Amino acid sequence: MLEDKDRIFTNVYGFQPWNLKAAQARGDWDDTRALMARGQDAIIDEVKASGLRGRGGAGFPTGMKWSFMPKEPTPGRPNFLVINADESEPGSCKDREIIRHDPHKLIEGALLAGYAMRARAGYIYIRGEFIREAETLFAAVQEAYDAGLLGKNAAGSGYDFDLFVHRGAGAYICGEETAMLESLEGKKGMPRLKPPFPAGAGLYGCPTTVNNVESIAVVPTILRRGGAWFAGFGREKNEGTKLFQISGHVNRPCVVEEAMSIPFRELIDRHAGGIRGGWDNLLAVIPGGSSVPLVPAEQIMDAPMDFDGLRELGSGLGTAAVIVMDKSTDIVKAIARISYFYKHESCGQCTPCREGTGWMWRVMERLVKGNAEIHEIDTLYDVTKQVEGHTICALGDAAAWPIQGLIRHYRPEIERRINERRGEGEPILQAAE
Amino acid sequence: MPKVKVDGVEIEVPQGATVLQACEMAGKEIPRFCYHERLAIAGNCRMCLVEVKPGPPKPQASCALPATEGQEIFTTTPAVKKAREGVMEFLLINHPLDCPICDQGGECDLQDQAMAYGRGHNRYDENKRAVTEKYMGPVVKTVMTRCIHCTRCVRFVQQVAGVEEIGAINRGENMEITSYLEQALTSELSGNVVDLCPVGALLSKPYSFEARPWELRKVPAIDVMDGVGTNIRLDARQREVMRALPRLNEDVNEEWAHDKTRHCVDGLLRNRLDRPWLREGGKLRQAGWDEAFARIAEVARGAQGKVAAVAGDLLDVETMFAAKKLLASLGSGRLEGRQTGLDYDFANLAAVNFNTGIAGVETADAILLVGTNPRWEAPLVNTRIRKAVKAGARIFAIGPEVDLSYPVERLGDDLSLLGNLPQAVRDAFAGAARPAVIVGAGALKVPGAQAATLALVGPLGLVRDAASTGTGQGWNGYNVLHTAASRMGGLMLGFAQPGGIGTIAEAAPKLLFLLGADEVDLDRFAGSFKVYVGHHGDRGAAGADIVLPGAAYSEKHGIYVNLEGRVQYSERAVDPPGDAREDWAILRALSDVLGKPLPFDNFHQLRDALFRDHPAFAQPGLVAFDWSPPSLDAGAIPKGTGITYPIADFYLTNPIARSSPTMQRCSAEIVHGRDFAEAAE
Repeated sequence: MLEDKDRIFTNVYGFQPWNLKAAQARGDWDDTRALMARGQDAIIDEVKASGLRGRGGAGFPTGMKWSFMPKEPTPGRPNFLVINADESEPGSCKDREIIRHDPHKLIEGALLAGYAMRARAGYIYIRGEFIREAETLFAAVQEAYDAGLLGKNAAGSGYDFDLFVHRGAGAYICGEETAMLESLEGKKGMPRLKPPFPAGAGLYGCPTTVNNVESIAVVPTILRRGGAWFAGFGREKNEGTKLFQISGHVNRPCVVEEAMSIPFRELIDRHAGGIRGGWDNLLAVIPGGSSVPLVPAEQIMDAPMDFDGLRELGSGLGTAAVIVMDKSTDIVKAIARISYFYKHESCGQCTPCREGTGWMWRVMERLVKGNAEIHEIDTLYDVTKQVEGHTICALGDAAAWPIQGLIRHYRPEIERRINERRGEGEPILQAAE
Repeated sequence: MPKVKVDGVEIEVPQGATVLQACEMAGKEIPRFCYHERLAIAGNCRMCLVEVKPGPPKPQASCALPATEGQEIFTTTPAVKKAREGVMEFLLINHPLDCPICDQGGECDLQDQAMAYGRGHNRYDENKRAVTEKYMGPVVKTVMTRCIHCTRCVRFVQQVAGVEEIGAINRGENMEITSYLEQALTSELSGNVVDLCPVGALLSKPYSFEARPWELRKVPAIDVMDGVGTNIRLDARQREVMRALPRLNEDVNEEWAHDKTRHCVDGLLRNRLDRPWLREGGKLRQAGWDEAFARIAEVARGAQGKVAAVAGDLLDVETMFAAKKLLASLGSGRLEGRQTGLDYDFANLAAVNFNTGIAGVETADAILLVGTNPRWEAPLVNTRIRKAVKAGARIFAIGPEVDLSYPVERLGDDLSLLGNLPQAVRDAFAGAARPAVIVGAGALKVPGAQAATLALVGPLGLVRDAASTGTGQGWNGYNVLHTAASRMGGLMLGFAQPGGIGTIAEAAPKLLFLLGADEVDLDRFAGSFKVYVGHHGDRGAAGADIVLPGAAYSEKHGIYVNLEGRVQYSERAVDPPGDAREDWAILRALSDVLGKPLPFDNFHQLRDALFRDHPAFAQPGLVAFDWSPPSLDAGAIPKGTGITYPIADFYLTNPIARSSPTMQRCSAEIVHGRDFAEAAE
């Protein structure tokens, strides 16, 4: 269990004010200049040493991502840092808490990350629905400017760095990094083809790195306490601390910072007050936000909550948005609702996702009521396979995986509904005879 | 030059080629919907998936993936087949099965590829999506339920046509392609989206439910609507041209055609002259050929060689050649083709040619437009200029402000600027490697303007030899933009007089042949006996004393020379209507009655005689004109001399277009649309 002294997000519950003065009292912006004085490559090396993997869901090593940026930006083509605060994944709510209560961690991290990757400016793309959070963020950035921590000679370091906050308009797909760049440029938020990757041609065609809020916000603390300290938590290749967002059928849903690789049972018992109705009442868990396949109770109970541990279960850590479902859950209906979400949020650009998400959702709706044939389950599985891996961005995968997880683990339940509905039909037939 | 392996066959591909191009070079067919050579890569249809090693263990969109050294590409593996079947199934689930009533049937990419790459059965039991139609103007019909969202149309109007009037709204399965406010597309290139649409979502409105592709005769022809000489294919059924489509010619029109080219063809059926007419008591009455010819012979005898001929804008070289021969036999050389009164110097044909070439313009890096609105005078030259702009060229213009679909630095509507170009222009041209000036008819009409533009050749460095360009090829940036299909051919044949048509009017010819000439100010020829030979009952026929029914461009073999001096051969698609005959045959028959028979009895003999006299016409392709511009007296142009562009209404420039209901509709809606809308309020 993570001790209090090792917590990065010390104000995640908002017991103290978010403002600059309070943040500085918590240790933020403490001699940032000295951190920057270590040099850009030293910062990247420190982050690499910490083993920090991207907290947005894909888990790509953050330090390595930064090192893809050009070391000497060509004139007229500056490097940019884009911070993804378009947190829209059902179940995820960590960036919201960071921005609400600890925005200066993010802003300081933005300066340090921007400096390390030689970015001239950073953009924080915040989800449109986060109205109060955006207000906080605007105010916090203004505070930082007023205190000389951003802008020309940021934090007295001699480096110029501007930070802009941009509000989204409510499209889930704008959380995809290239769709976010399109949206920032004022275009319709549709993912771009890769390659070229943003590090080569991103925002306005300039080298760009897109990072999650949490990935950036932990950077100052990593630099202050050392990569080795951060790497001391969790299993190998899954190091660090992580904000877990526990929702659903637990006694006390919460957002909590814990060490990576904490066993699921410990995470729930210690922080969420246990499963509603006890552990025997647990049905399944979606461990990383709606886009990852669910994991049945018996498999997840003692599994380590990290990237590799959950991948072994055929799921993923995602954003660590743990959705707990007890036995009162209509699991088929739950997944059908997720299908509807992806159908609603598909950008419509590429064929498999545009057409496939609607198809999958419609079949799912029928499966909820058992209004289908048994072979349609196989057809549905086949359709998810036809979407998965054939699309421009990962939304197609995200729409396919929950259904695949459902069919993999709960096929008997789906078949039961189909057979039951058929069974209801029989007496009527007999009566007609 | 990376080497890649396609299905085990190693080939070398050019640097920057995509995997799809590499596969095509290896002779593999890759199905696609969104990919188009001339548009930006979208990569959204996902039909072109192939397996690539090294790479992620999932199929890749080959259209967007660069081919790199050592790549192994697989186009026939089970995974690729399954991926294609999957995408095809997705495309079809919401596509209506209305092929029997769809105009695209028989020439539909989706139909063809469904046959080749589809599964052949349907697993989709849900309801299909329906989408309301969108209004896109007089030439584009929409059946949006059929749309597969490839976005070719969106990319075309944005990237090639330069008007952002088609786009996609909504998202996911609710995404719709629309013209936003559902007003007519204002681009004169809008018809191209019909060709680009791989399915039956965007269709030709005038052609809807007219014919099936397999019942059409397809004839290669040359378009006469402007000076570009667009290569077209006329699709004919029985005696009717059903539609005109562009043919691929990288040097001329690429694969585009503008709306007048495509949709003037319904004008070929209307207002036609199908028998001779004769004026009696101030009124035209129907007559027979003999009667008409006898009347002309009578006038010709009294004319004593005071005969002249004016060639119209749509005329083929053969007709002009036959007329020239006829007039020579009558002892006259008074020939003119510049109907509207242009009198520029034509002593050196290179000085009135589009020397840079249509394709060459897109490589120019600084362009000065003098008195021309290329968007209307030659839309397919305008697309090339637009390409040059996208490649970084700066465009300056002298003349009234018009929207050319790209940014233009307007110098003002004052031709005297030619003698005193602003410093910004001089600087831009001084730094340019391939500078060009394009002179339009609007400027050539002004006395002294031709001299003033030719005087720019030296100071702006427009003409450079191979040694100074360093590219191994010379550069000639002096261009005259003609608007008539017959112009360059006419100038080569001598259909021009010093002083232009004014000289002919002053000579007061007794007998005047109007060869499809409908733009002549006939008041200047009040004393002449006017014989109109042409195909439409338009202004020329209305003022004529004798009307002889000729053939339109679709009804005769013909040679046309486009504005860059390119000789092109056009073929006959259908027969002329009624008693109408090919123009050369009319002149040949008339020569008999006049007692001076022309020395050819059939079309081949005519062409032989033409090639003997003018060998340049014998070879299709660019004619080499020697650059030796005349030294003209560059008299000062008065300050504030404005320009009037030669085309007032793009859709109604010639008798065929004026007779076309589609073109009239376009004119009313697109050119005069604002007036109409205001009047309606």
